[in-house]
Amino acid sequence: MSQHQPVGGRVLTLPVLIFGTLFLVALWILAQRFAFGLGAVTNLNNGYPWGVWVVYDIVIGTAFGCGGLALALTVYVMNRGEYHPLVRPAVLASLFGYALGGASAFFDMGRYWNFYNIFIPSNMNLGSVMLEVGLCVFAYVIILAIEAAPPVLEKFGMKSALAKLNRVLFVVIALGVLLPLMHQSSLGSLLIAAGDKVHPLWQANEMLPLLALVSAIAMGFSIVIFEASLSALGLKHPLDRPLLASMAPIIVGLLAVFLAVRFGELLLAGKLGYVFSSGGLSLALLVETALFAFPLVVLLNPANRQRAKLLFVAALALLLAGAVWRMNAFLIGFQPGAGYSYFPSTQELLVTLGLVAFEVMAFIVIVKMFPIFKGHGQQAA
Amino acid sequence: MKRRDFLKAAGGGALVAATTSGTAQARPNKEPPANAVGMLYDSTLCVGCQACMTECKKINGMPPEQAFGDDMWDSPADLSEKTLNIIKLYRDGDGSVKDRETDGFAFVKRHCQHCVDAGCVSVCPVTAMRKDAKTGIVTHHEDVCIGCRYCVYACPYNVPKYEFSKADGQIRKCQFCNQAGVERIDQGLLPGCVEVCPTGASLFGTYSDLKAEAERRVALQPGENTVYPRGMLNPGSGGYAQPGLPPHEKPAPQYQPEVFGDADDSGGTQVLHIAAVPFQKLGLPDLPERSFAARSETVQHTIYGGAVLPIAALAGLVYAARRSTVGKQEGDDSTGGQQS
Ligand code: SF4
Ligand code: SF4
Ligand code: SF4
Repeated sequence: MSQHQPVGGRVLTLPVLIFGTLFLVALWILAQRFAFGLGAVTNLNNGYPWGVWVVYDIVIGTAFGCGGLALALTVYVMNRGEYHPLVRPAVLASLFGYALGGASAFFDMGRYWNFYNIFIPSNMNLGSVMLEVGLCVFAYVIILAIEAAPPVLEKFGMKSALAKLNRVLFVVIALGVLLPLMHQSSLGSLLIAAGDKVHPLWQANEMLPLLALVSAIAMGFSIVIFEASLSALGLKHPLDRPLLASMAPIIVGLLAVFLAVRFGELLLAGKLGYVFSSGGLSLALLVETALFAFPLVVLLNPANRQRAKLLFVAALALLLAGAVWRMNAFLIGFQPGAGYSYFPSTQELLVTLGLVAFEVMAFIVIVKMFPIFKGHGQQAA
Repeated sequence: MKRRDFLKAAGGGALVAATTSGTAQARPNKEPPANAVGMLYDSTLCVGCQACMTECKKINGMPPEQAFGDDMWDSPADLSEKTLNIIKLYRDGDGSVKDRETDGFAFVKRHCQHCVDAGCVSVCPVTAMRKDAKTGIVTHHEDVCIGCRYCVYACPYNVPKYEFSKADGQIRKCQFCNQAGVERIDQGLLPGCVEVCPTGASLFGTYSDLKAEAERRVALQPGENTVYPRGMLNPGSGGYAQPGLPPHEKPAPQYQPEVFGDADDSGGTQVLHIAAVPFQKLGLPDLPERSFAARSETVQHTIYGGAVLPIAALAGLVYAARRSTVGKQEGDDSTGGQQS
């Protein structure tokens, strides 16, 4: 039998109620978006057609949802079974990250009722990065849902379904690695077609898919550390520190690759001059680079990896770094020309906040009710 | 630990895929259709009457805009979902002399450029932006458009506009007066803006004729008398027979030596510009020779061409996942792997 157990405890706690309220606020704003149009609640305009809903909820949110990918890569591809206890919580968190990314894509879509056209072969434009992202994210949400099904099947004692699932699980797992590799790189490629409208400091052209992918995987490992640390704290659940620490070398490697490609591209394309001469954007680059460099420096030292707090802070910095790089590339460094400006409206931010609140709330509720975490108390901390 | 097995399998597959799918096949810029139509906007002929803006609104059923408050006339600030065509003013210093860069002014007409290698067509996931195989006109099809606004994000000329203020908003852009229900070109009519242009500043014709005409004009000696057609250049050319106002004759101005919309502007645009003032001053972008669309599609096709690379990678991954799950599974929980 599975050694996973529900965490248990009261479901309707104060945090859950607060998160629930924030989610209701988001729903109310979304109702207005559907009734009166995107312009009624957002500051989007025809210079900045993509705002925080695209850039945070989809581009950054799904990168935060790469915990499942990171663990699938280690457990199943690199065959490191010792990470297995982390898989279920990570898959669940990924499912939420991606499902909400998908939901955001839907309500951000200006003509959502035409959404089905991306599935009609005669309408597909195979050269479009957006098509690849749309189809691939959609498929991955389904894969994540299948990967997240076992705890539910276990809880309701559906043994035969579980056995059937187990027989094909390796195919599901393989797809669960391939699909995010595809669309996480494509999310970077989205910027290539925008050409000069993306500031040279971020328009890395052919290097964008690589940068996006490498940073997304690094963010995946970081989110596993982040979630494991937080849920150990919040749900009074033992923390397997050595296990988390052993991810640090992988993160260091990915960070090194990211920074080398990032600055190598600037150097080879002769764009280093922009590093200091771009005013506010130079500052944005500085913040971004500092956030990437911090976890690299901290985690290079093996002693630091064993210190739970430092490991946590390094993971947090990396998550912020990946988020800031995406924000800079898609929005802050996006320059449609004179006369256009964008800063998210309160409603846009409240919707994003409400969705994150929903994610956290649902995660808490589910781990209390379903066997997600490995048996608590029995695990060496 | 059998990591090496996997790396061999996946690496081998990827290598085969990479070599067979021809990674190096960069997609070149697209070429215009043989009988492509086009428009030549000669800034030096434009008198700023804005008759073209009014006619454009009439044909496309669009209301006037008052961007600067309580104006008495249609006064949009820029292209928008209600303004598909705009005459903009360049002004420098005291703005006293027409078509002079310093202490002068000049007009520029902005609408969809009907790019030869159109970014909007390249990025649209559902083919809602289409380039006609015969005319090269780029039309929009809201019946399939999902409203993702990637075309708005990627168009180098900021042309497509989404109606943010509506619950069922759609993308709006100049469709060369040839969208379903209007079809002026198919009916043998001139684009609305060309038909009403009193000076021939907006001139219709085949793309190749117009390019030759543009090149002829910029090579003229300033002051040299020359004939300026109105309506259509070479009526009947390419099978497009269009009536127009009679031509007029006048001395040539001092043109900038370049034609905007040549093949070296990211593959070119079927709307060409010539002017007396540098194009960047008029707000036209300085684009690289290789189109962003070509660059983006090359990356996509390199990774996904024939789905070879993804399938090879999947094969490697299935192999690896099977090895690390099957056999460790007896009585184990579902997500495979081993118990720690
Ligand atoms: S100007 Fe913009 S909208 Fe018009 S064809 Fe070119 S890319 Fe498309
Ligand atoms: S908004 Fe419509 S036309 Fe523009 S890229 Fe998206 S689906 Fe295509
Ligand atoms: S071709 Fe038609 S739609 Fe385009 S600017 Fe001229 S009048 Fe307007």
